[in-house]
Amino acid sequence: MRRAMLSIRAYKRQEPLRWSSCLVFFGAVALSLTASALLLKLHGKPALGGIGILFGGAFGSLWAIEDCLIKAVPIFLCSLGVAIAFRLQIWNIGAEGQFALGAIGATWAALSFPGLPWYALLPAMAGAAFVLGGLWGLIPALLKLHMRANEIIVTLMMNYIAILLLDYLVYGRWKDPLSFGFPMTPEFTPAAIVGKIGSTNLNWGLAVCLVTAVLIWVFFGFTRLGFEFRAAGENVRASRYAGLPYPRLVCLAMILSGALAGWAGFMEASATINRLQPSIMVGYGYTAIVVAWLARLNPLTIGVASFLLAALRVGVENLQLDLQVPAAFGGIMEGMILLTVLAGSFFMEYGLRFRRTS
Amino acid sequence: MTAELIVPLLAAAIQSGTPILYATLGEILTEKSGVLNLGVEGIMIVGALAAFVVAKLSGNPALAFALAGTAGMILAAGHGVVCLWFLGNQVVSGLALTIFGLGLADYLGTPLIGQTAPGFDKLPLPGLAQLPVLGPVFFQQDLLVYLAVLVAPLLWLFLNKTRWGLNLRAVGEYPDAAAAAGVSVLRYRWAGVLGGGFLVGLGGAYLSLAYTHLWTSGLTAGRGWIAVALVIFAFWRPGRALFGAYLFGGVMAFQLRLQATGTHLPSSLLLMLPYALTVIVLVLASWKGRQANAPAALGINYEPQD
Repeated sequence: MRRAMLSIRAYKRQEPLRWSSCLVFFGAVALSLTASALLLKLHGKPALGGIGILFGGAFGSLWAIEDCLIKAVPIFLCSLGVAIAFRLQIWNIGAEGQFALGAIGATWAALSFPGLPWYALLPAMAGAAFVLGGLWGLIPALLKLHMRANEIIVTLMMNYIAILLLDYLVYGRWKDPLSFGFPMTPEFTPAAIVGKIGSTNLNWGLAVCLVTAVLIWVFFGFTRLGFEFRAAGENVRASRYAGLPYPRLVCLAMILSGALAGWAGFMEASATINRLQPSIMVGYGYTAIVVAWLARLNPLTIGVASFLLAALRVGVENLQLDLQVPAAFGGIMEGMILLTVLAGSFFMEYGLRFRRTS
Repeated sequence: MTAELIVPLLAAAIQSGTPILYATLGEILTEKSGVLNLGVEGIMIVGALAAFVVAKLSGNPALAFALAGTAGMILAAGHGVVCLWFLGNQVVSGLALTIFGLGLADYLGTPLIGQTAPGFDKLPLPGLAQLPVLGPVFFQQDLLVYLAVLVAPLLWLFLNKTRWGLNLRAVGEYPDAAAAAGVSVLRYRWAGVLGGGFLVGLGGAYLSLAYTHLWTSGLTAGRGWIAVALVIFAFWRPGRALFGAYLFGGVMAFQLRLQATGTHLPSSLLLMLPYALTVIVLVLASWKGRQANAPAALGINYEPQD
């Protein structure tokens, strides 16, 4: 005996649903918040109260919003870099390691030339961060182009190697003799510190971010090379036939990608922590991947998404203080938001038809 | 003299290679069906946590082992929902799953850090265990090591000698052709995702039940990613996975022993070894274009047909 059933079939929409990306994003956030609230409830914490604390911590005061902006800087720079590589369909998962190398480069400059005035030292630090971060991005690109080694795995392994390299330096060669055994370099001299803007807690890294974003936008929108980038990103195979220098574009993309993450490491070491220590690695490089994908690789949207995910981190810190919720709560939410957005994006291109069958 | 050093090292190599072996075999199964699951690291650590918690609560390691596989399967189902039903990008979905899994295990595991749970003890095989050299290396291990060695040929048999295995591979190579021949692409891909997730979960369970017996944060330490690399190194073949996993187990064991002997080399440089080796091995395996062995439809979603 067969019963009447409701069958669901997907059909492709003629044109993508309008405003759907916004809808999907907020739907995903709402869904993830609900699931997180349930998780809190399961753990015997107040569910709604917890979400309230999360929001209050992120947006409840001027100080909190400043903190969001400060954390958004490294996420934004890493994410911008990641997006450049993703556009060429190069899966650079290595922002975390490139960030570490940038911090290492900047610290090397700061420790090596302590006598320089700030207007010479800061550019030197930025340059060293650019070179080392870019190099850390270039290696997987070369291995991919010449040896066909999968860049996802190479960049990931290089993250582990970079973090261990950072550990090696701060536990050994660069350790501050006055740190009572703590693994950290001496504090940077004032000339090596990116200053704060006026009387706020914000630093000039934020301005650097904005300038970088504009430069990237101009580069992609108005230069020949930028056009080649976009063309190659649209269709890798066709661009090869069209004679675009694909290998060179890949190398350039990965250098830029790594260098931007490296700059994030420089900003974090110089402006936020004022020295190099292992706790500088808090996973901004992975958050950047989430941000890049949520923002559909669009620089402007990356700015908004960076701020929102930075706000999530600040909110979770507040949860940690008030309810003793582990910091890993943020990772759970990031993963859930990304998964639900991925699934939800389906409805931008497909609709569902319900049909009764018997 | 050298035997006294080498034999324990080889025995340790087998032991620390075992979790990677489970995970690699699981990912081979998933990838053979045409689905790339980069969530291995996240699934593995959730499996490890599930095994630890169940073993602690029930005192029954076998039950813990099985439920860890189930936990891995549930997490992998998330990847299935996103990629098989909703056609999400497989690379990003896998990454998201890893971020989620690492977060979940860290969140739920924080109160357990430093605690111990009952696990599997060594189970010398009668007769074989007394063999010189081979005995202590291969036959004085725990039950899960023997099981892992069995899973590899079983997976090979399944993929190459059974109708279901053949269908699963067909779906990973030419889904359209398979569908035309009346094979349900989605059903077999689901099987690949869930079965693979189960095995990866078991790999995680090995870590907490037999390798450490104790919970620490970040227990997997990149082993899931090494497994993903080993799938390429193994050319998607279970037999070579066996070899690759023990090779990496050897490097990890060697590195630990070197640290224990108190060399002048800083531990952070020694810890880099397995990761650096992964890159080297991957480059060597990819160099001569053996990716031809990769399932042709790997990572490409199967769109619903009107």
